[in-house]
Formats: sequence, C-alpha cells, structure tokens
Amino acid sequence: MKAFAELLDRLVYTPQRNAKLRLLTDYFRATPDPDRGFALAALTDGLAVRLPIRRTIMELMERRFDAELFRMSRDYVGDTAETVALVWPMRQTRDDTVHPPPLTLGEIAEDIRLMDRQALPGRLETWLDALDTPTERWALLKLLTGALRVGVSARLAKTAVAALGGHSVAEVEEVWHGLRMPYRDLFAWLEGRGEKPDAAGAPVFRPLMLAQPIEEADWATLDLSEFAVEWKWDGIRVQLAAAQGEARLYSRSGDDIGAAFPDIVSRVNFDAVLDGELLVLRDGIVAPFNDLQQRLNRRSVTKRMLAEFPAHIRFYDALSFEGRDLRALPFAERRQQLEAWHTRIQPPRSDLSELLHVPDKAALDVLWADARAAEIEGLILKRLASPYLAGRPKGHWFKWKRAPLTVDCVLMYAQRGSGRRSSFYSDYTFGLWTKDGGGDILVPVGKAYSGYSDAELLRIDKWIRAHTTERFGPVRAVEPALVLEILFDDVQRSSRHKSGVAMRFPRIARIRWDKPAAEADRLEQLTSLIKHVV
Amino acid sequence: MAFETWLRPDSSGLYCIPGGFHIDPSHGVARAVVTHGHSDHARPGNASVLATPETLAIMQSRLGDGAGRNRQALKYGERLRIGDVDVTLRPAGHILGSAQVVIDYRGQRAVVTGDYKRRSDPTCAPFELVPCDLLVTEATFGLPVFQHAPDKTEIDRLLASVATFPERTHQVGAYGLGKCQRLIVLLRQAGYDKPIWLHGAMIELCQLYERLGIGLGDLRPVSEATSKLPGEIVLSPPSALGDRWSRRLAEPVTAFASGWMRVRGRARQRGVELPLVISDHVDWPELIQTIEETGAGEIWVTHGREEAVVYKARQMGRRARALALVGREEDEAE
Repeated sequence: MKAFAELLDRLVYTPQRNAKLRLLTDYFRATPDPDRGFALAALTDGLAVRLPIRRTIMELMERRFDAELFRMSRDYVGDTAETVALVWPMRQTRDDTVHPPPLTLGEIAEDIRLMDRQALPGRLETWLDALDTPTERWALLKLLTGALRVGVSARLAKTAVAALGGHSVAEVEEVWHGLRMPYRDLFAWLEGRGEKPDAAGAPVFRPLMLAQPIEEADWATLDLSEFAVEWKWDGIRVQLAAAQGEARLYSRSGDDIGAAFPDIVSRVNFDAVLDGELLVLRDGIVAPFNDLQQRLNRRSVTKRMLAEFPAHIRFYDALSFEGRDLRALPFAERRQQLEAWHTRIQPPRSDLSELLHVPDKAALDVLWADARAAEIEGLILKRLASPYLAGRPKGHWFKWKRAPLTVDCVLMYAQRGSGRRSSFYSDYTFGLWTKDGGGDILVPVGKAYSGYSDAELLRIDKWIRAHTTERFGPVRAVEPALVLEILFDDVQRSSRHKSGVAMRFPRIARIRWDKPAAEADRLEQLTSLIKHVV
Repeated sequence: MAFETWLRPDSSGLYCIPGGFHIDPSHGVARAVVTHGHSDHARPGNASVLATPETLAIMQSRLGDGAGRNRQALKYGERLRIGDVDVTLRPAGHILGSAQVVIDYRGQRAVVTGDYKRRSDPTCAPFELVPCDLLVTEATFGLPVFQHAPDKTEIDRLLASVATFPERTHQVGAYGLGKCQRLIVLLRQAGYDKPIWLHGAMIELCQLYERLGIGLGDLRPVSEATSKLPGEIVLSPPSALGDRWSRRLAEPVTAFASGWMRVRGRARQRGVELPLVISDHVDWPELIQTIEETGAGEIWVTHGREEAVVYKARQMGRRARALALVGREEDEAE
C-alpha cells in the first residue's frame, strides 16, 4: 500500500503528462503482482468500489477522536477524508518486537470485493490502524470512495503499462476488455513472459482511426476523386462492439460508456464492430451538443432522460462482421459491406453517415461554407483506399472544420500555467463590454490557454506583471487594456457562467497590441451568435 | 501571585515587568531578549539585545547596524540577573542559536519557548525540557492534523524523485535561515555528496553556519552554473519557486520543505509538485507532550493555531489562554 499511496501522492501534484507516465511506468515495473494489477484496476475505474464510507468514517471518528478537535481540524483542512487521514490516532500499543506485515493493496482490494457492507466499519478501522502514514490512509479513503481524481485517465494508465514492454497503447486497448483484474496475463505478456492475451471473440475495443486537420499545403497534393466526403457530425465518436449477445459502447479513448446508453446497447442482436457518431436525434434532426452532454458521464440513466434526450448512432465504418476483421480492406469496400449489412439488419436508432457528392473543389468549398448555417462541425475527407488504421495516420483521413468565429475581447485575469509554464502567466480570462447602469463593464466570457508563440507568451507575461491591479494567489487581475482576438468554434447559452454564455474551443488568434480596449466587442455581439437551444 | 502581575503582553510584545525587558519585541525597544534570528523574532532597532552568541552573530549578519547598539551574549545554561529576575537561555532546537527564555521570579518560573522543535536537528543544539510553572508556547502547528513525517522519509522521497527525473532540476524552496542548512546536512547524512546549488540569497547564511562550525559540504551559487543544472538539487527561497528566477533551471521539479506541506490545499495553492514535510516547529503530539512534561499549571499560547492548543490544555487540567502578540503573522515560509 505504501508504494501505491506514494504513487497517488506524486500523481496528484504532477501536472505534466510525461512526468505522470514516468511515475506510473516506474511503479508498474517495481511493484509485484497482484498489487500492481489492482492499482491498474483502480486507475482505470475497474475496482468499481463505491462504498458509503462517509457516515462510517464519521461514526468511527466519534469513537476514536475528540469531536471539537476534529471540527477545528476539518475547518482548517477543508476536506473530511484528508482530515481523517491526518488526525487518525495511531494505536499506542506498538510493540517494537512484533512487526505485522504491512497491509498490501492486494489484500485490501480482495477484501473489498468479498466484503458485505455490514463488515465495513470494522474493516475500515482495522485498515486505518494498520496503515502507518497519513498518505497511506488518504490513499485508502480515496480508493474506497471509488474516485481517485489524481489526473490520470484510464488511457494514460494503459499507456504507462504498455510502455513496460515497449508496446503501444493501441495493443493494450485491443486486449483490454477481455482481461480481468489483477491482469497477471497482461503483465506477463508485456514483460515477455507470456503470450499476448486472447480476447476470444469478446466485444473488445479496437483503437479508433482518427482524422488529421487539413492544412493549406495539403490541397495541392490531394486528388478529390480518391476521397469520400462526409459531414463531421457534432456528437461524440464511439465504437459499438457486439458479440455473443453482449454489446459494448466505447468512447474514443476506450472507456465503456454503455451503461448510460441502454437505448443503444440493449437492442443489439448482431455480431459486429462499428464506428460511428453518438448523437441526440429528434424527428431525424440532430440536437445541439449540449443535449448529448446531458446523457454523458452517467452511470445510469432515468426513463425521463431517455425520452427527453433520445440517443442515436450514425455509423461511419465497419471494423468487423461476424468475427471477420475488415480493417485491412480499403474504405470503399468496408463502406459497401456496411451499407449492405445495415440494409439487411436494420438496427434501430441508427443510420449511416451520408456520403456527399463532391465533383470538384469548388463544390467542396460550397459545402464547407454552408456548414455553419447547417449547424454542422465541418467535413471529413476519407481516402477510398485507406485501410482502418489505429491512431492518426498521416495522409488518410482529413478533417476540415468550419471556419471559426472571432470576437475581440479584453484580458481581465491571468493565471500561472503548470509544468513548463509554471513561471508564466499563460492562462487568460477575457471579457466583453456590456451596459451596467450608466456605464460599461466587462463581463468574463471565456478562458484560453493557447494560440500564442513562446515569444508572445514572454511579452504577455511581462505585460501582465506590469499591469497587475490585484493578486489572488496564482491569479492576477489586470488593467482592462489588452485586446485579444479570440477564435472559437461555437457559443452556447450557459447558466454556469456569469455572462450567460459559454464558448467552445476558444483560443487566441492574435494579440491586438494596437487596439484600444474600448473598441473591443460587446457581449451582445456574442450572444447574437447563439443558435436556438431547446 | 498571578503571572500577569509580572509578565504580560503589551504593544511591543511580551514584557517582563520586574526585569524591564521584552522578549522578541515586534519593534525596537530599550531592552530585548531575542530567542532566535528569524526576522519575525529578531527585529532591528533595539537599544540593547540579549541573546545566544550564535543568534547575535546571525543578527549581525542579517541586520548589520540594526542588530542593536548594545549586544550581550548569554550562553546556554548561564544565569543572568536582570532587574529582579534571573534569566537563563536553554536550547530550543529550532535553528542554530535558538533558545527558550527561562525567567525565575520570586519562586515562580516562566519558560518562553520561542519557536522550538523536539526532533533531532544536526545543525543545532537539541531542545531541553525545562520544568516550569508557566509555559508560554508557540503553536505554529497547533492542530492535530500536523504530525510531521520523519525527516529521513522526506529526504528519501526527494532523492527518489531526483533518480526518477534525472533530466530535470529539483528546485527546493526552503527558508534561508535554518531550514536551508538543515536540508543540506540531512542530504549529506543521506549520502548525497554532489554539489548543492544555492540561490544567491542563501549563500551568506550558509557561510555563517560554516563559520559557526556546521559543515555543509560542496555548495555552489546557481549564478556560476554553466548549464541549466539537470539532475541537480537547487535550494532557493520559497518566493523563487515557479517564478522567473526558476526559468534558468532545467524544467524544474518544484519542491517545498515546510510543515505546511502536510496539508494538500497548501501545497496545491503554491503549485508544489513535491511537498516535503520538514518542519522546524513542534508538531501537535510534541506540543502536547511538552505541555505535559514541563508540568506547567498554566499555558499561554502564542502565534499559530491557539484555539486547539488552549482547548486541549484545558482538557488536560491546565489553565490556558491565547496570547495575541503583535507582529506574529503566520510564517508562510516555515
């Protein structure tokens, strides 16, 4: 448990992705089975513990600790679990000659799986007593609540494991959903001691093929007659994998999100792996992304949500049918098979992404220019001859996003970045003018962290330090004097923001050193861009 | 006799009436007894100052002419009559030269701890427990959440991180007086014998420690480095963490050695990547242990989290009160 706790402790404070990877890989290399397997499960949300520990903890604390001192401590620390981990009174009867073996993560994980809830209070007390340091007790409580929140995605954990054997994360993802914790066979394979685990017909995840953003220079070498063109639908990319009566819906990163979409997975009675876009669709019309968001990140879903936000899957591609892997075939051929299959099976709540008729570049330009009016994110170009390749292979698929919108905002607050940027004010909150009583005030409308060069960053950083009006920890308020031209993809109404709007993908286009702040745009200009929202 | 009749806080700090002196006054007074050299205790502008020889040397180095017109050294354990009281200084274990002030007056004994810790510290004399009637204790970490880790664990964590990220600099924020030198010696004791690189603000105090007999090994100013110091350990004041100064270092891992690092919110607030719980103050169990062991029937609690200590002391059957002293803001750098 000590090593796992130390790992979580480092991860929680480490902002850089590569540094996290190194910490993770080092841990997996140095830690024996089965502990590392349970750690992997915990990091990929596979332990699936959700124990109601809050009340249990409080009851324990009442018995073991002074209530008034606990209250003062809790007030200071601000987090109950952390406070418990810190103040937990060690048993005084430590006999130095008898060292009980340290509690391992494996023992705790096995216990959790087999334990009934009645046993929880007693077990929790034993565990807390057995752990020597606040960090270990903190890690235990994190583990039991089921949410580690250490800034590591399941995919990052898998990437770290893959690195043990110099494999790619795609290879791990491909076998992942056929594995069971504590993943001994996975580690054996990665360390060259065993065969690659065989998913044996289970509906496992196959890494997705992604499109690269098209750049101006690409057009010169690109022969449109070799490409299929589709709309870039504004939902989330998914993979529907079904076999042997079991269906799973995977997000782009390989997380199983099927539990939130019973309207999709419960109706599946075929054997196929399909690539598509998950949408909310009403009467054949794609609803705004906001609607789909209501259904995401849920462990379960109510009847009302199902009725109000009906899910739909729009297929792009087929990776396999009845166990036949199609990925080596060219796109054109896979598409033909997909069409034939869809006509034959007619799966409910699904359709195919239309192939657009594009005789030449001029026609393509017209489609692209219309994308915003049609409330579509842009276009996808797919080489007819491309096999289905994992990752973002160059020269096969291109995405051409609709032209972004722009607005001139005024810098209001700046925050220090993390990692390489920790000494720079690199995160910017900007606002637009609006009427307030007799005068104009700025209301914040968004945040951007990108879109500037290193040289520009240095210059803005310097400007911010010279124009600070107030400091709040890592944040500085600045004089309303610097105009940022902001690019963004879309704007929606939002009750979570003071301005009432939320921008999608805002980034900095240009720093308008020349423009007086008073000439920046007004909030009304931004809100006028909001499309109807249900 | 109530202690308040001869020892009480006034606008300059804690004043001993029959001795006619202040202890760690917040600004210049006629007669000051100074517990140790940290700037919130040793202020400039006192007419006469009594302190240990080491503290006087530190004050001289930091304050120059402001260190006091009249400076008198009192070694640990020596007794000195001042007015109607007897004053003795006893090691406080906080930093080099730090002392508790023991005042005997008409059969009553008060001990003013100043800042203190009870763990061993290779850079200063160990804390001596002095039985007394009135204990005036600090309470910087006066909450049960503060239970400092063993130094060795924290030094091991730092060295493990250096091994994990050999292409990066480890920049350790540490208070320049005391913490910095203790860290260096702890690293040396752990077998780290490479050069340790210092921010300019730390060099003079390290030299002073060496003159006073604390060996620190190979130290070098960062200003003389010919690379961005990948794989090296750099000590700097906390204020230089993640700021422009650190841009000269190789993708620094930001570490901070402080008792505050026990609480996650504190570490996060400062953007620390490697919090090291190394403190020069007593933690909660040691504070309670000290109250118990001195046998004092009355406890006055100064700067820090007085509330919890007063509560606990009363539970232990002591008379206890919080002493709101001026000029003792929370010491962020600790």
